[in-house]
Amino acid sequence: MLGQDNGCHLPIRRRELLLAGASSAVAAGTGVPASADAASAPAPRTGVPTASVTLAVNGQPHTLTLDTRTTLLDALREHLQLTGTKKGCDHGQCGACTVIVDGRRINACLTLAVMHPGAHVTTIEGLGTPGKLHPLQAAFIEHDGYQCGYCTPGQICSAVAMLDEVRQGIPSHVTADLNVQPLLSVDELRERMSGNICRCGAYSNIVEAITEVGGGAA
Amino acid sequence: MKPFTYERATTPAQAAAAVVRQPGARFIAGGTNLLDLMKLQIETPPHLVDVNALGFDTIATTPDGGLRIGALVRNTDLAADARVRRDYAVLSRALLAGASGQLRNKATTAGNLLQRTRCPYFYDTHQPCNKRQPGTGCSAVGGFSRQLAVIGASPACIATHPSDMAVAMRVLDASVETVDADGRARTIPIADFHKLPGGTPQVETALAPGELITAVTLPAPVGGTHVYRKVRDRASYAFALVSVAAIVQKDGSGRVALGGVAARPWRDERAEAHLPQGAKAVTDRLLAGAEPTPGNAFKLPLAERTLAAAIAQATSQASARP
Repeated sequence: MLGQDNGCHLPIRRRELLLAGASSAVAAGTGVPASADAASAPAPRTGVPTASVTLAVNGQPHTLTLDTRTTLLDALREHLQLTGTKKGCDHGQCGACTVIVDGRRINACLTLAVMHPGAHVTTIEGLGTPGKLHPLQAAFIEHDGYQCGYCTPGQICSAVAMLDEVRQGIPSHVTADLNVQPLLSVDELRERMSGNICRCGAYSNIVEAITEVGGGAA
Repeated sequence: MKPFTYERATTPAQAAAAVVRQPGARFIAGGTNLLDLMKLQIETPPHLVDVNALGFDTIATTPDGGLRIGALVRNTDLAADARVRRDYAVLSRALLAGASGQLRNKATTAGNLLQRTRCPYFYDTHQPCNKRQPGTGCSAVGGFSRQLAVIGASPACIATHPSDMAVAMRVLDASVETVDADGRARTIPIADFHKLPGGTPQVETALAPGELITAVTLPAPVGGTHVYRKVRDRASYAFALVSVAAIVQKDGSGRVALGGVAARPWRDERAEAHLPQGAKAVTDRLLAGAEPTPGNAFKLPLAERTLAAAIAQATSQASARP
């Protein structure tokens, strides 16, 4: 909790400082301010295939011209500076990059940005703000559902979409009867969240946080 | 990742033609396996043909009472389909036993069949691997083989097919529908779809270059109690050491396929005819001729015990049903 508060109240964070430096260098060189999407975005190397895609991220449309290799994760972090979504393993094994695309949670590291024309992407930045937290963000703070916090944005995005999956009646590996509406037991919650790894091992508090928000919903 | 050009196909024939035209080109649908392999430079396609706009994303009832599952139907949607849950529960169970919620939301029916082995030597580009680089040798023979095949393998390759879904598809006698660049369609029985390694472990399926899967069809429901039992090194989100897909009828007869033991789902209709005599009667025949390594010989007794547990589970579920 201390870390979270410090992060919110510091006048400027390390990454913003680095970006500010890069932007001012560009502005000084060209004499014009760079557009929001282009600011500090890595330019594709010449000769490398590129493609354009328009994504709605947290309600804002963005048109990007990207090296075709750019994952959705890298597009969010490196091109749109939405660094709340984390890169953990970059191979779909840890869940730190979980975002919600057209209402479904996916691993942003295992999909190409250019494969999502017109998609609606929700990241941790779109769920809530420091002044108006999403109920799951508030519950993670209340229940101390993290230690280092690196997996937390992925945990929260995953949990938001997971609760929706339960509401829709999507079964899981531990659902006893496939033909009845699943309930959000602790066993169900742990199985459904197994794609999100927490190296600090804050699982018991994560379970409490999600149960507080989702317990009545299922 | 190596650079690649990208196109979004709008017709199946266009997609197939684009892959035929450019050697090494690949279709991409969910991408959850292919992109992982591209990051590791195990796959280095110069061109990707995105097939997500082709519309193969519905599940329809067939005239003979079966189901036609579009190639692009996501694993989550297939597992959650009310008809699948009711009449093909072994398929729902197998899908739900695989991967994570995030991956199942993206992974497709066709892509699941086409996923590559998780053999650690296939993944390590510093090691010889006949599947990744034909002719270089197999590091798994004599290496770490806990996850690998006990039957149907060859001196060239002892990789296993990692899919849970495919094991259920095999026990359900599914068929794979395809189309090629000339628009010709054909149907491949699931039993013939995955190839054993022999001397060419790089050839994994019956598909010709550019041949595109359009659907997987299931025959009419066969009733019985459906069980998918998966044994793995952790409780969730891990590949099978051994899995059993079983459909058990009231009289004790039924069907059995094993996962985690070979380069394809392992089923033998003559072996499963002995199901009323119990698990050992089946696995003695189903796994006759197995050649395990010292590192995976445990899979033989494990397969028998997992089948015994599956039969017990089916019996208990059947008696609990009103």
